[in-house]
Amino acid sequence: MGNEVSDVLHDFRHGSADRFEAAFETLFQMHQRAVYGWILRITRNPAAAEELVVESFWRIHQARTRFDPMQGFEGWARRIATRAALDWLRSAKREAVVSLELCTEPAAPASVDPAINAEIRSKTALAFGRLPPKLRIAATLAVIEELPHKEVAEALGISVTAVKVRIFRALRLLRKDLEKQGIRP
Amino acid sequence: MKNHDENGLQEQLRQALPPVNAELPPRDLWPMMQRRLNAKAEQPSAKAFSGWAVFDGALLAGLVTLVVIFPASIPLLLYYL
Repeated sequence: MGNEVSDVLHDFRHGSADRFEAAFETLFQMHQRAVYGWILRITRNPAAAEELVVESFWRIHQARTRFDPMQGFEGWARRIATRAALDWLRSAKREAVVSLELCTEPAAPASVDPAINAEIRSKTALAFGRLPPKLRIAATLAVIEELPHKEVAEALGISVTAVKVRIFRALRLLRKDLEKQGIRP
Repeated sequence: MKNHDENGLQEQLRQALPPVNAELPPRDLWPMMQRRLNAKAEQPSAKAFSGWAVFDGALLAGLVTLVVIFPASIPLLLYYL
């Protein structure tokens, strides 16, 4: 299995046109689920996540010469997918999108804090959607998804310290926005 | 106190935006990927197009220069056209 994967990666990087295309399809089939799940965590929008999987793999297809098989495919694909998702967040005002579907779904009854009512939740989601995309993406992955800072740093291509700074700034801006609306967390 | 506030805000955020657990795309996305790859392959390459445009322009400029400097070459050009 290990040899098969390394052969696929070798063909992806160095293979002839036919072998490259075959390797690309194999890698797409192997990683589309993980990339979709990753992008969905950032965008919280299933339709956009599907489009962004295709966009990410398109960028991967174009960037084969920059791929280093020694670094592994998954991390490289995740960084490209993160950049594609960040571009999507930047491309328009996405705060409205944040409040849709996944966000407005009620959380599991056991996890709902009765002190935090629906209105506060809704205002918090909208305020979060107004944060700058670079801060929002770090806070989404580290605070909401509770991923380790190291993993977030690798995906964003920044240091762990920079991740912590972005989270701090995101929470500070979020707090200010909520306080303006009379909500004190 | 500040740390407590920080944790409270993070908890409020998680309540507002629960973590996403979906790991699976609702369908195989390879057909979408193929359409994207095919659409790009069918488009004429912008680079190649601009290369041809430059070549055509240079050829035209050369012909005009030739005609201006050597007007006698016009019959010869017309003959070969």
